[in-house]
Amino acid sequence: MKIRLDTVVKTFDTFRAVHGVSLDIESGELVALLGPSGSGKTTILRMVAGLEFPDGGAIYFGDENATDIEVRHRGVGFVFQHYALFPHMTVDENIAFGMKVSKTKRSAAEISDRVAHLLRLVQLEGLQDRFPAQISGGQRQRVALARALAVDPKVLLLDEPFGALDANVRRDLRRWLRKIHDELGITTLFVTHDQAEALDLADRVVILDKGKIVQTGTPEEVCRAPASVFVMNFLGDANRLKVTVSGEKAQIQDVTFDVAGIADGAAELYFRPADVTWREDGHGIQATIARVIDRPDSRRVLALTTDGHSIEFDAAPEFPFRADTRGFVDIRRPRVYPA
Amino acid sequence: MARRILPGLPLTLGITLVYVAIIVVLPLGALIFKAASLGPEDYWRIVSSERAIASYRITILCALAATLFNLVFGLALAWVIVRYRFPGRRFIDALVDLPFALPTAVAGIALTTLFASNGWFGAPLAAIGIKVAYTPLGIIIAMAFTSLPFIVRTVQPVLEELDPALEEAGQTLGASDLEIFLRVILPQLAPALLAGLSLSFARSLGEFGAIIFIAGNEPFETEITALLAFIRLEEYDYPASAAIASVMLLAAFTMLAVTNLLQTRALRYTVKG
Repeated sequence: MKIRLDTVVKTFDTFRAVHGVSLDIESGELVALLGPSGSGKTTILRMVAGLEFPDGGAIYFGDENATDIEVRHRGVGFVFQHYALFPHMTVDENIAFGMKVSKTKRSAAEISDRVAHLLRLVQLEGLQDRFPAQISGGQRQRVALARALAVDPKVLLLDEPFGALDANVRRDLRRWLRKIHDELGITTLFVTHDQAEALDLADRVVILDKGKIVQTGTPEEVCRAPASVFVMNFLGDANRLKVTVSGEKAQIQDVTFDVAGIADGAAELYFRPADVTWREDGHGIQATIARVIDRPDSRRVLALTTDGHSIEFDAAPEFPFRADTRGFVDIRRPRVYPA
Repeated sequence: MARRILPGLPLTLGITLVYVAIIVVLPLGALIFKAASLGPEDYWRIVSSERAIASYRITILCALAATLFNLVFGLALAWVIVRYRFPGRRFIDALVDLPFALPTAVAGIALTTLFASNGWFGAPLAAIGIKVAYTPLGIIIAMAFTSLPFIVRTVQPVLEELDPALEEAGQTLGASDLEIFLRVILPQLAPALLAGLSLSFARSLGEFGAIIFIAGNEPFETEITALLAFIRLEEYDYPASAAIASVMLLAAFTMLAVTNLLQTRALRYTVKG
């Protein structure tokens, strides 16, 4: 099912949570709504579900205007941030709930067949008689997903699906959710504040800031060409150097960068810690190493340029230099934004 | 013996045991001792006399009716206080405790005045043929009045803690409001409701002050068991009074035990395993 949001607006009391958001989600796509807290991403998800109603704009499911359809008739599967499993029902009963209250009557045998099928799908066979309090967080998450899928939703919506889990469980579940999505081909929209999760899982990432979409694109597009300083910073660590642009060129010490399309005047040059090479001599921006931090797969180097900017970059584990070493930094793939 | 982090166990445990022994066990023991001073035949004759049996029937039926009434209205009251924000909410919340604070005799006199056949409520009710004061209906009203806070105050905190996401989950799965209430909300309130019900019922069984003013106290018609025990006391027939009281004690104890069992069952999903 294709979903379309047309200039959707939502205001809570005096706080405008969502400012005219328009978005197309293709049928079968897996889309991440990514943004910091307060960016309006959960509000958008809840409006798609029908748990909130927009003050302006419209939401379409296929060609149908779904804006005023009640949540219980909208046909969405929703996985809540803390799962919202019914604590007094077993895993089985939780999954069967949607089928039991559905208008399309199913026989008890049909329901238990489908529950068994879903338990296999989410790999929870054998846990059907446990209560939610008796299983782990990752298992609860999967029960919540099975419960949402049980009603054959047209759209699957997940609110911070991995927020409450350990890092390892999180990564496994991400891969697993992607696999389930590829198997079922259901249009899926999920909310996260974790950029690694969004990039890892989604076909397309929608980045939000203060209730507005700031960039939409595949993970590759948003990573390679962040549309703004906000996106650059939000997607990962970034170094910032102040520069002055004149004639589409920016100068730092004796290094010149081509900056096509940026108007003359003050600007900011950004680059990722991985896009730096340290040289003992030769060409580059002069700097002194301040500190070296060790990580499992690399060394993070903190350095100070001779004109007083502090920068951080990643070097191979074999990087031999210590604090107070002088040298040159060579920057690859810089991105310049007007200040 | 394992070392304890919290100090003061011997002291607090000692105080608790002494307190329970003196304030609770001793009087109850004295009651049973007094009742036991009767021979089995005398005991049976007293507790199974027609007048006593009529009083049990009146007391228990009225207490059941009052408790069911409170179940519905106490739940509705707790729901409104927790779920809605309206002017006067805090005032109503405070008002709920009033039956606890008011001397029950005062409540009884006030209710009698209201429901007497010339009272504010009694006159219009009498006009349509409903007599409240000096009938079992009056007993029910007095019992309901004094035991209402039990239901509200046991259900209220549980209702406040219910996660709204559970109701939203029910909605996204297509359940109607009624289905959500019956299948999601009510089962989670059940243990608290049970506790409230048993307290309310126990209180109604034992209520005395509020009832004797409104009941009319006609033997076989509107005479409650507590009053019968009191009448025997006034006649200086202490063993008979104790015998009747021991029946009430047994009833209350059995009911609390059953409620506890039911509650354990209703809460079995919270057991980690």
